[in-house]
Amino acid sequence: MLKVTDLKVSYGGIEALKGISFDVEQGQIVTLIGANGAGKSTTLRAISALVHPVSGTINFMGRDITSFNPQRVVAEGISLVPEGRRVFANLTVKENLKIGAYLRNDKEEIEEGIKDIYRRFPRLKEREWQLAGTLSGGEQQMLAVGRAMMAKPKLMMMDEPSLGLAPLVVKEIFSIIRDLKSEGMTILLIEQNANAALRCADVGLVLETGRITLTGTGAELLDNEQVKEAYLGAD
Amino acid sequence: MNNASAAPRRRLTPGALATAAIVAAIYVAVFVSEQFIPPTSMLFTVLKKGATYALVAVSMNLLNGFTGLFSLGQAGFMLIGAYTYAVLTIPVAQRAVVYQYYDGGAIQFALPVLPAILLAGLAAAFFAFLIGLPVLRLKSDYLAIATLGFAEIMRSIFQWDKLGTITNGSNMLRLFPTFNDFNIRNADGEVVVYLSTFIPFLIAGVCIAAIVMLIHSTYGRAFIAIRDDEVAAEAMGINLARHKQLAFCISSFFAGVGGAMLAMYMNSVQAKSFTSAMTYEILLIVVIGGIGSVTGSCISSFLFVACSEWWLRFLDQKQVIGGWEVPLLRNGFRLVVFSIIIMIVVLFFRRGIMGDRELWDLFNEPRHRKAKEGGR
Repeated sequence: MLKVTDLKVSYGGIEALKGISFDVEQGQIVTLIGANGAGKSTTLRAISALVHPVSGTINFMGRDITSFNPQRVVAEGISLVPEGRRVFANLTVKENLKIGAYLRNDKEEIEEGIKDIYRRFPRLKEREWQLAGTLSGGEQQMLAVGRAMMAKPKLMMMDEPSLGLAPLVVKEIFSIIRDLKSEGMTILLIEQNANAALRCADVGLVLETGRITLTGTGAELLDNEQVKEAYLGAD
Repeated sequence: MNNASAAPRRRLTPGALATAAIVAAIYVAVFVSEQFIPPTSMLFTVLKKGATYALVAVSMNLLNGFTGLFSLGQAGFMLIGAYTYAVLTIPVAQRAVVYQYYDGGAIQFALPVLPAILLAGLAAAFFAFLIGLPVLRLKSDYLAIATLGFAEIMRSIFQWDKLGTITNGSNMLRLFPTFNDFNIRNADGEVVVYLSTFIPFLIAGVCIAAIVMLIHSTYGRAFIAIRDDEVAAEAMGINLARHKQLAFCISSFFAGVGGAMLAMYMNSVQAKSFTSAMTYEILLIVVIGGIGSVTGSCISSFLFVACSEWWLRFLDQKQVIGGWEVPLLRNGFRLVVFSIIIMIVVLFFRRGIMGDRELWDLFNEPRHRKAKEGGR
C-alpha cells in the first residue's frame, strides 16, 4: 500500500534520514521504534510532505506521491495524528472535527462522520461545545485521532500517541488503535513506548540515527535481545 | 438534507437574539437621535468616526486576532481606499478647482458613491494581493515591519508629483460626496431626514456582519486553525499560503472601505494624514477590545474615539471649580490623561474588554457557550 524507497531527508545539511526503505501492507499496523533523534518523526513528516526529501520515492496505492504538497497527500488518503496532539485549542471539539474534514465537500457525510466519531468516543460528544484547549490530555488525543479520521484516510499515521499520558489512558489509546485495525484501517505508528507498540504491531522497524537496523514482526522484535536491551528495558 | 441529521443545525441561540436586539436598538437610537439633536453635536462626530474605526478595527482583528498574521499595514490600505473613493467621486464640474495645479486632473468622470466605495475596497484588496505574494512568507514581527514599510511607501507614492494628475500630489482632495450628502433634502435645500450618521452605521454594520459570517464559515475555522497551530493545520490539508493570502486580501478590502468612510468623515483626503500613528490607534482599539473579539473591537472603537475626541476635552481648558483653579489643565493635558488611562487598561485588563468572547457568548446558556475555563 505504502512503499518508501531509499528516502533521504536533511535539515540544513544534517542528514536526518540516510536512505530508508520499508513497506506498509493494507490492514497492517507497522510501528517505527527508535531513540530520540533517530528520524521517526521525520519519516512521517516526509510522507505527509511537511518536509521535502532530498532523494528517494514515496509510493502510495501505486502512485508516486513524493512531490505532492500536503493538501494532495491528505486528499490521497493519508492522515497524520501529529506528535503532541496539536488540537486547535481555540476551536470547539466539533469545529476541530470539521477541520479534519476540510478537504471533503459532502456535508451530510461529514455530519455522519462526526456522529461516528462520537459513537466511538462518547467523551467527545459530551464535550462537543468545549474548546479543545480545555480537554484533558487523553481527550485531546482522542480528538486528534478523531480529527484525523474525519479525512476518511486509507492510511493513518500516528506520531507518539501515548506521549505524556497517564498509564491508564495509554492503555485506552492502544485499545483504540487495535479497534481501528480490526475495522481494516492501515496504521503507521511511531512510539517511544516500544513494548506496547510492538505488542499490537504486525511489523516493527527499528530506526537508529536515520537507518533501519532491524525489521521483523512485532513478536519477533519483542523477543530480540538487542531490542530488549535497547528499547524494552531489562525485566 | 435528510430529516434526522438536519434537526440540530443552525438554531438561533439566545445570545444571537439578544445581540440582534441590542444592535437593532442602537440603530434605532442613532436614527432617532439624529432627527432631534442638532447635527453639530460632538455625539455625531464620535459616532461617525467610531463607526469608521470599528470597521477598520474589525478588519484588523480578522487578520491579527483570528488568522494570527501580525500586520501593521492598515493605514496604507485605508489610504488606498480613501484616495480611490475620492478620486472617483469628485464631480466633474469641481475637478478644475480641486486639481488646480494639474489642469483639472486626468480623470474626467465621476462614479456614484456606492460603486466607488466598492472599488475603494477592491483597490486595497488588489494591492494586498500584490504585496501579499512576497510578504506573507514572513512571520510575526517581520511581517509587521514589512507591512508597516508598505504603508509608509504608499504614503510617499501618493504624494509624488508625477502622479499629481490622479492623486493631486501633496495637495488635498476635496469636494467629493461626504456623509452629509446622505441627508435627504427637500426642494429648498432644507434637510428633511437626517441620515449622515445612520448611513455610516449601515455601511460599517453590513461589512462587520459579513466579516462575522466569514469567521463562522469553513474559511473562518481554517483561519483560526492556522493561528492555533500552523503545522497541524497544514497536516489537515489546509493550504496555508492560500488562506493567509485570502485573509490578508479580505482584511484589506474592508480597510479600504473604512478608508473611503474616513474620507467621507473628514471631508477631505490628504496622504500625509495616513500615518503609522493611525495604524497604532487601530491596533490599540483591537487590543483594548480584545484580540479575537469582533464585538470587543466595536465597543472599544466607540469608547476610544469618544475619549480621545470628546469626553476628555475639558482637560484641555482651564477649569474653575468654586473659585479654585484646577492645576495642570492646559492644552495637551488631555493626551497625558488618555495615555495613562490606556496604560491602566492594558495593565489591568490584559485580554481587553471582551477577551476573546463575543457579546452573544455573554447571553448564551452554558450548554451553548463555548467553555473557556482553564484554557490558555
